[in-house]
Amino acid sequence: MININDINKKFGKLEVLKNVNLSCNKGECIALIGPNGCGKTTLIKSILGMVLPDKGVITFNGKSIHREYLYREKIGYMPQIGRYPDNMSIGQVIDMIKQIRNTNQELDEDLLKAFELEKMADKKMRTLSGGTTQKVSATLAFLFNPDVLILDEPTAGLDPLAAEILKDKIIKEKEKGKLILITSHLLSELDDLITELIFMQEGKVLFHKKIAELKEETHEHKISKAIAKILKRTKDEPDN
Amino acid sequence: MKIILLAYFLSLSVLCEARIILVGKNLPLKTIKAAIAQSTDGDTIIVSNGIYKEGRILINKKIVLIGKNFPVLDGQNKSEVLSVNADNVVVKGFKIINSGHAALEDPCGIRVYDKSNVIIENNILDNNFFGIYIQNSKNCIIKNNTVKAYGEEEQLIGNGIHCWKSENLQIIANKISGHRDGIYFEFVTNSVIWRNVSSGNVRYGLHFMFSNDDAYITNIFKNNGAGVAVMFTKNVKMFNNYFEENWGDSAYGLLLKEIADSYIFNNRFSRNTSGIYMEGTSRIKVEKNVFKSNGWGMKIQASCMDNEIVNNNYLKNTFDISTNGSLVLNTFNSNYWDKYEGYDLDKNGIGDVPYHPLSLFAVLTETNPSAMLLYRSFMITLLDKSEKVLPSITPDNFVDNTPLMKSLPL
Amino acid sequence: MNRIIKIILLDIIKNKIVLAYTFILAILSWSSFALEDNSAKGLLTILNVILFTVPLVSILFSTIYLYNSSEFIELLLSQPVKRLKIWLSLFTGLSSSMVFSFFVGAGIPLLINSPDNVGFMMIIVGCLISVIFVALAFLSSILTRDKAKGIGIAIMIWLYFALLFDGIVLFLLFQFADYPIENAMIGITALSPIDLARIQILLHLDVSAMMGYTGAIFKDFFGTTTGLIVSFLLLCLWAIIPFFISLKKFNRKDL
Repeated sequence: MININDINKKFGKLEVLKNVNLSCNKGECIALIGPNGCGKTTLIKSILGMVLPDKGVITFNGKSIHREYLYREKIGYMPQIGRYPDNMSIGQVIDMIKQIRNTNQELDEDLLKAFELEKMADKKMRTLSGGTTQKVSATLAFLFNPDVLILDEPTAGLDPLAAEILKDKIIKEKEKGKLILITSHLLSELDDLITELIFMQEGKVLFHKKIAELKEETHEHKISKAIAKILKRTKDEPDN
Repeated sequence: MKIILLAYFLSLSVLCEARIILVGKNLPLKTIKAAIAQSTDGDTIIVSNGIYKEGRILINKKIVLIGKNFPVLDGQNKSEVLSVNADNVVVKGFKIINSGHAALEDPCGIRVYDKSNVIIENNILDNNFFGIYIQNSKNCIIKNNTVKAYGEEEQLIGNGIHCWKSENLQIIANKISGHRDGIYFEFVTNSVIWRNVSSGNVRYGLHFMFSNDDAYITNIFKNNGAGVAVMFTKNVKMFNNYFEENWGDSAYGLLLKEIADSYIFNNRFSRNTSGIYMEGTSRIKVEKNVFKSNGWGMKIQASCMDNEIVNNNYLKNTFDISTNGSLVLNTFNSNYWDKYEGYDLDKNGIGDVPYHPLSLFAVLTETNPSAMLLYRSFMITLLDKSEKVLPSITPDNFVDNTPLMKSLPL
Repeated sequence: MNRIIKIILLDIIKNKIVLAYTFILAILSWSSFALEDNSAKGLLTILNVILFTVPLVSILFSTIYLYNSSEFIELLLSQPVKRLKIWLSLFTGLSSSMVFSFFVGAGIPLLINSPDNVGFMMIIVGCLISVIFVALAFLSSILTRDKAKGIGIAIMIWLYFALLFDGIVLFLLFQFADYPIENAMIGITALSPIDLARIQILLHLDVSAMMGYTGAIFKDFFGTTTGLIVSFLLLCLWAIIPFFISLKKFNRKDL
């Protein structure tokens, strides 16, 4: 569904993405993990067309996304830190996005109800806590029933209850056969969600494996431990 | 009873003496020349409608020549049309066209030679080299004539009403356009120019040279090369005139050059490049005039002295006053300047702060005309404001100490 | 397109600054017309507003607004909306609200108090200047990510066109007073939208002076129909080119 071929991106002298190659398909739930500043968010923004790669091609359903915008109808994006116009209320932001999308398809308002956002629809965005802002972001990402969900640190800042609601929702969507791309530091949270794992470091994809494969390879049941093992192995390799 | 009868017979005898001679295409007498030849002093010749191409018609008797329904006297571009060479002649109601165009002879529509008490009234003069030419004459009246020509260059056209070396003339209610000078006075004294409209002339609407003790009152000078030029003259009174839209290079509403002891009162100068331009002018009083929407309200050259500028309104001019030197020998008092920004704490109608009508930028453009490019830019406004507060380049005695707070009802 | 412009316009209207700007313009214009029995002072006030206030408010407000709507731009970009559409909608929204403010605040008093050539010319030129400085704001805000820097650039641009440029021209005029530089000067005015605007108004406001010998040089160029068309085209270019450059940069910008 999404193919990333040989993507490079530099911010000034800093190389953020180095020859990244990935392909993500329908029905997969991929975790994109790696240390801070490894280029996860840049990669996601490249897929969304917010960051324009210096080199390489990203295709969505076989079509290059360069200078395209309509493919974004099929993506729901939840940013790491949602930034919204300060003087708009929750209701206004949601209405605005609805207006811009202007679709007549049925809206998925599960999260809107689950997070009880309708009750505080009049609250201005600048008065919201980080967690509530994340709730708005999540709601917006799922609202239009997109084929692809890109969630950047979805559970950071959410209280456990809300995080649980969101996780349930993700699982539900996964079961519908959607492609879900999640970045997160908290590996334990992802255990029961993900089917694949991408590990990035210093702008490179270190590995891209199915969870089953991974567990088998490392003989570990917990993903976090499996990763730690692999990392250790790769670290040791140069020494050998 | 006897006296009345006597008077009756007397008047009859006068009437008998003064015959009326009729001229017309369908009458026994077909030409004006023939009629004049038949006439004697005091006769009246009445000319019917028609076109008369008789070359130069010379009036050498004291007769009254009246046109009915504007008979046309056509000079056929060859000669002077009507020459008056007798006293007490009246010429009335003709349309006089196509005098020749010659540089040496100055052919005219109507010309009066060295005579007095001639009346020229209600004529239409069209396409003549000179319109009406009064030469060395006295006590003449030129009234209600329309004088029109189509001049484009100064050298190729004469003046509308040209008066030379005459006195006691009355030039009243004429309309002059398209000539070199609308009205031209040279060595003319004790005369009055009243209620004329002089517009669209190539050079001046009215031109005075060496003509003392005259007055021009309630005239309109519009859209001429320059409005009025008064030169080398004394004692001229200029009242109630309109000077409008005299635009162009060196165009002025009123040009004063080497004149003295005159009085400019209650005139209106609007939309001229310069309202009044003064050079070598002394002892003139400029009072109760309105200067509105001119490029320069007044340009007073440094050669002017002892002039008094009192109680005028300066409205919407680009520059109210400009000068070319730093010497100020003229006085400004109690004028209304719309650019004045002072205050009046004691409420006596007179601003408490003196007004300096000469702006820095007026001085700058005088030395460097291209600077006009920057006029009204914020930069220039700032410079001008600071100059008003602390005069450094402009002469600080160029000042109206009693500026009015409200415009005068003129 | 319309939906986004509508959203932006609503947001700008909610922003009290534009309303305050309109209100202040209106008070200035009405009071200066009411102060005197002739319209000269009112016209001069509005001229100074056009040459000074309108550029300042247009460029400053637009720059700040653009920086403040970076979240909004980011949000829109994650939605299926073209970049061109976002930028153009912002431009349309900002310039139309600036033009509207100028028209309501200064244009209406002009139409009522001076419904002649001068008045119309001032309205047209004031609207153009509003749009031009909105376009320059787009340029200054795309040049740097830093809000403080961007506002600094905006103020510098304004200062340059409102004040410094004329200073340079004045200096050149007197430095080269002995040479025939009139034609070159006409060319130089094309380098400043404020000067172009000012000269067009001047030709109508000070028509008598401009008909004389000092103004003749400019009258011969700017006063003709060709000159009029050329200067309006130049003014339009002053709006189009900065916006176009900013659009190019925005299309390549990483958010």
